[in-house]
Amino acid sequence: MNSAILYALVGVGIFSLGLYALILHPHLLRKILAINVMGSGLFLVLIALAKRTGEPLPDLVPQAMVITGIVVAFSATALALALMVRVAKENHRAELSDDESQQP
Amino acid sequence: MILHSETPWPALLILLPLAAAMLSFLFPRSAKFTGVVTAIIIALAVVGFGWHLQSEGVYRHAVGGWGAPLGIDLYGDGLTLLMLAVTALVGLAITLYSLDYFNTEQARWFWPLWLLLWAALNALFLSADIFNLYITLELMGMAAVALVALKGGRDALNGAMRYLLATLLGSLAYLFGVVLLYHGYGTVDIALLAERIDHQPVAWAALGLMGAGLLLKTALFPLHFWLPAAHASAPAPVSALLSALVVKASFYIFLRLWFALFAPLGGEVAWLLGLLGALAILWGSWQALRQTRLKLLVAYSTVAQLGYLFVAFPLAAVAGVVLWHGVIYLLISHALAKAAMFMAAGNLLRFGGHDRIVDLNRSVQQLPLSTAAFALAGVSIMGLPPSGGFIGKWLLLEAALQQGQWALAAVMIVGGLLAAAYIFKVLGYAFTPSTSREESIPIPATMAWAPLLLAFASILLGFLAPALFSLLDIGSPFERGAGS
Repeated sequence: MNSAILYALVGVGIFSLGLYALILHPHLLRKILAINVMGSGLFLVLIALAKRTGEPLPDLVPQAMVITGIVVAFSATALALALMVRVAKENHRAELSDDESQQP
Repeated sequence: MILHSETPWPALLILLPLAAAMLSFLFPRSAKFTGVVTAIIIALAVVGFGWHLQSEGVYRHAVGGWGAPLGIDLYGDGLTLLMLAVTALVGLAITLYSLDYFNTEQARWFWPLWLLLWAALNALFLSADIFNLYITLELMGMAAVALVALKGGRDALNGAMRYLLATLLGSLAYLFGVVLLYHGYGTVDIALLAERIDHQPVAWAALGLMGAGLLLKTALFPLHFWLPAAHASAPAPVSALLSALVVKASFYIFLRLWFALFAPLGGEVAWLLGLLGALAILWGSWQALRQTRLKLLVAYSTVAQLGYLFVAFPLAAVAGVVLWHGVIYLLISHALAKAAMFMAAGNLLRFGGHDRIVDLNRSVQQLPLSTAAFALAGVSIMGLPPSGGFIGKWLLLEAALQQGQWALAAVMIVGGLLAAAYIFKVLGYAFTPSTSREESIPIPATMAWAPLLLAFASILLGFLAPALFSLLDIGSPFERGAGS
């Protein structure tokens, strides 16, 4: 097993941990962090795969993708945090309300 | 490279709404003007693009002269054109409707977000590589979430948060699939991938991850849990564009990938999709019938109608291109009809101050235009002739009967009957005497006419079938390896 595969597998593991936390934890901040952890795992997979060819210079395309992905993750997190603050104010706790009733 | 066009219609279709979004953010006072002008120019640009496709065939353009793999390619065929066209039409109606819908504070945020969403949609339809599709998916998702949260209040914020978590999870699953495909085949270009893909585990894993992510965003049963809350609690124009366009965009990606990459892999997968589609029809229609609030009824109806799109997958292996024509027809007529329905429901809600179905009689009787829009849109949703919905459902039903798939045919018929039941449940109140004498808010003319015109369009669509089918066949998007 070469190091690229090892890093990729660790990335998959981190992704799975994030998914587990996303489903399990009701607190919204934990959910948002879980999504970020999943994203980081994925970026690790991408970076590892850039070295898969074994050439001295890594493949540049996955690195460009990771940069783009980080920008997307950053703005998604900002939006999620802003929304979480508003939700927490409405629900009086930072969790989603299970009550499906619709107010007019 | 097939050709370099002199008139950059696709670039205009992406850049114009993007620039207009910035303008309306910087100059909120002229945002309405910016919005209307943008909507009109986009409609013209789509016509120009259609004319170009008609005369020159498929469109491919390397943005800024940088080709794949580092550059971004734009690609357009008949399917792209129809998606752009329906977005332009629904977008124009939503723009007109929104002129008088929002108060000053909400309008400040609505116009930039809506134009940004429009740019994301157009970019999504024109993308030729799976990574760029991921970016447009995220752009679209974030603008859509912000639009749902626009109204504020407990329901809208909870709905928006749940929607955001679902859409981010879907995007990550999709991105994982992109990573695997890049790892396995060394490219993100759909056309190149179509040539290289084979029966390796990496392709299967990518199909599973991308499929799950996109189906979560398309709200296929049982992944629809986020949809009713988000679509019902959003402001009316936002509900309209979410139900009409945003869920269709992720379906469009799924369809593209299916034809280019996954169709040969997935015989059993096609049946799984068909089964989930059938369950979505029954469950969504039944839930729609049970709702006591109008907007939730319309939202569950979307869950049911999305099911029809997936019922086609197991039939496609035998039925071929005609069936996909039916699916696209259904998609377009549902987009028009559902946008009309949500806007009409928004009028009823604003007029009476509530959307309890049992107390709708007075609103329904005093708003003839909105009620007519709801009824006409209902005709298309039920699939009655001569509407566009009829053509789509008929092609699906015909294929199911020809192949002896009685169960699927029965589900489609039952779905139609249930649709009739929930639509008449609403319209029935037009004929009962009203007793309440509540305060009511008058509805401006643009808000009354916009849904009616869209509903008319969804009926008229039934007469345009041959012309639209020939447009759709430009670049034959429904054959394996299309996109090269």
